[in-house]
Amino acid sequence: MTEPATAVAPDHTSTPLLEVRGVAKSFPGVKALQDMHLTLRRGEVLALVGENGAGKSTLMKLLSGIYTPDEGEFYFDGAPYQVSGPKHASETGISIIHQEFNLMPDLTVAQNIFIGREPRSGGFFTNDRALNRRAAELIERLQLPLDPKQNVGTMTVAKQQMVEIAKALSYDGRVLIMDEPTAALNDAEVATLHELIRRFVTPETGVIYISHKMDELKAISDRITVIRDGRYIDTLDTKSTTMKEVIARMVGREITSDARPENVRGDRPVILSVNGLSTKHLLKDVSFELLEGEILGFAGLMGAGRTEVARAVVGADPITAGTVSLRGKNISVGNPAQAADLRIGYLSEDRKHLGLLLDQTVNANIALSSLSELFSKAGFVQDRPMRVRSREYVKSLRIKTPSISQTTKNLSGGNQQKVVIAKWLLKDCDILIFDEPTRGIDVGAKEEIYRLLNELAEGGKSIIMISSELPEVLRMSHRIVVMSEGRVTGELSAAEANQESVMHLATLRPDENVADAEELGLEPPPVVPTSVHTTVVETTDEEEATP
Amino acid sequence: MTTATTPQTQPDAPAGGGKSAWRGRLEQLLAFAGLLVIVVFFSIANDNFRTFSNFTAILFSTVVIGTLALGTTFVIITGGIDLSIGTGMTLCAVMAGTFLITWNLPLGLGLLLTVLFGGLIGFVNGFNVSVLGLPPFIATLAMMLVAQGLALVISGSAPIYFNALPEFSKISTGELIPKVPNGVLVLAVLAILSAILLTRTLFGRYTFSIGSNEEATELSGINVRKWKILIYTVAGLFTGFAGILISARLGSAQPATGMGYELQAIAAVVIGGTSLTGGRGSIIGTIIGALIISVLNNGLRIMSIPQEWQNVILGLVILAAVYADMARKRSA
Repeated sequence: MTEPATAVAPDHTSTPLLEVRGVAKSFPGVKALQDMHLTLRRGEVLALVGENGAGKSTLMKLLSGIYTPDEGEFYFDGAPYQVSGPKHASETGISIIHQEFNLMPDLTVAQNIFIGREPRSGGFFTNDRALNRRAAELIERLQLPLDPKQNVGTMTVAKQQMVEIAKALSYDGRVLIMDEPTAALNDAEVATLHELIRRFVTPETGVIYISHKMDELKAISDRITVIRDGRYIDTLDTKSTTMKEVIARMVGREITSDARPENVRGDRPVILSVNGLSTKHLLKDVSFELLEGEILGFAGLMGAGRTEVARAVVGADPITAGTVSLRGKNISVGNPAQAADLRIGYLSEDRKHLGLLLDQTVNANIALSSLSELFSKAGFVQDRPMRVRSREYVKSLRIKTPSISQTTKNLSGGNQQKVVIAKWLLKDCDILIFDEPTRGIDVGAKEEIYRLLNELAEGGKSIIMISSELPEVLRMSHRIVVMSEGRVTGELSAAEANQESVMHLATLRPDENVADAEELGLEPPPVVPTSVHTTVVETTDEEEATP
Repeated sequence: MTTATTPQTQPDAPAGGGKSAWRGRLEQLLAFAGLLVIVVFFSIANDNFRTFSNFTAILFSTVVIGTLALGTTFVIITGGIDLSIGTGMTLCAVMAGTFLITWNLPLGLGLLLTVLFGGLIGFVNGFNVSVLGLPPFIATLAMMLVAQGLALVISGSAPIYFNALPEFSKISTGELIPKVPNGVLVLAVLAILSAILLTRTLFGRYTFSIGSNEEATELSGINVRKWKILIYTVAGLFTGFAGILISARLGSAQPATGMGYELQAIAAVVIGGTSLTGGRGSIIGTIIGALIISVLNNGLRIMSIPQEWQNVILGLVILAAVYADMARKRSA
């Protein structure tokens, strides 16, 4: 961290700019944060890193007053800090730029920056000349390439990001908190952003920079605070640490479970082969093969493009380049219905909205996709055979429901997931794409789902499993495809895969080569005999367990 | 405007700043061009269309729908809808009759109370939408029925005639400017006031802001609840104006009418390029939209095309206008 240039009393400079002391926050069934600590010194850029779900966003929302903490205190400039909402936070001097922008796309840059603080004439009339002038001055001072009069919705994400920054800095704030600010930026834009951050940082200000892109942290931060599972883990000096150490602390759970993928075999025929798949927005040249009867894991951080791959494969999103072939034959899938006819089923991560008709019965849900094929005669629904088949699946998948006439929303998460699975099995799908199959499902039920997945694979179904829970990916996958920023950054066999190797690939900027990775202090993915690496992982399950 | 776009790095950004900045204006130009095209078409097709008296007749027939459309433009820009303006207008007309004829209040006071009564209807809508959190469609649908029923109850299901008050009718039919009915002037003044309100005041700024991103507006420290109530109240004030204008034109308050006006007004707003999903719109667009409807009705009638077909054509115009809006949204 840089030493303040001005001569200020030492006790003043030693007061942290922002301090988080023992903060805890729970949501029904989940402890999002426990005993969280964080210290932002004057004049520094503090990086905050953690896996998906580590609690970063919760912390942000607490700082901006969207949530209130259950325990603990915040101190700003040495004084207790209590905040009622984002605007109050900004006025106090803490500006937060959320991952999802809070901009009004139909308003201009100037209107967005000064929303709620418009210069007025005569109380009620807006003074747009003054508004645009003030915005122009601000933009000039920050040296941003923005036009105050342009509509925000017509601008690139990078420029929208700049508007957010200009808005945040227009409050003359002292603490700037940025959540994944570079998620949508290219390298040049990242460099511009970093330049902006450096200009912002003075001995009286500080920046908290949330990111999981290791190279950026190295470039911009003075110190790195690692959090994991809602707890404070460690703070490291950026200069004297290696990215390997950081990653180790990010994932560093000790291993208790020795469950490993079952039936791993390399000699299976290829059933689905994806080549050079690209989409308009995110995916770039994605290629992978799915073998018959295997579980292929897809790992990566939020926004890496895993769900997008699934959606592109089943035709939910149009593809701009690349081919998909099924058993060696090129297929073109225009929509999910065609995918289903080709026996490819996609089980959405958003089970409650996209996977199930919650207000309908178990029976109706199971039969939904097969209605026209199996249960209709001249347009009339054949109720009896439908109920027979539904009962079969309720039994074989061990769905816990009083009857098939039960409304689906009354089932537990795990059993709801099984209903979705039953739907696709009834459709006789050979390929099942599971997107976050255990999201929102409690521990015991997770085991059930894992067992089911293994049974399905053993029975010859080919499974793609997208999961943000690394332990789950490691435990289940025969092979793991790792993605970052819309590209495949690597493929790992079950033997090669461990938390570090997956996390390394997941945090890679896709253009980097291995040499870059070594520079960052990472070894190439180690090939470890399974016996040494009983290091599969205990999950965060006890926190999520809400039977 | 000179954005170098790098598509792979901007998952949800519209490409190219410059073009889309023009889109809003282009759309108004398109609506205006559409209006010109049909005016020219009818002018060529029929001699009776292109007379001065017919043009004033068209303007005169735009007054009521136009006034309703002005008010509802604000609501639609917030992403809401107001279905109660048609029967609300009728209720206001009945109230004007009550104030001026039954209670015999002075003209100015009666008019003021009528407009305020319209504001009250709007206020209740705004309260239901923003405080109770009812969907605007439902809240204003309910109000549509309430207003319809109240108009019949208060008037005893009989028209209230303003014969005793010739001054009243002059509001619509008098001619301060020779050969131009006053109603047209009232609409023009209301349109100018609305345009100022929408583009030059905080009220207008927050109207756009709420429609553009309500949550972000709230997080920016703006009292969205309060502003929404105000916006619906303003729409209500316009139903008050419309109630006066229509009863002044007819010389009576007709309690059984009004249903269907709201849809014509919404159609005018939509044809004028205001987005039903909120965030975008203009007063000039709404006026053009209202004129397009009037010109179509008038021209088709002059060409002796049956009323049934006039409705079909109007329906198709609405489809085309909304499709244009959607297509632009998708391409953005």
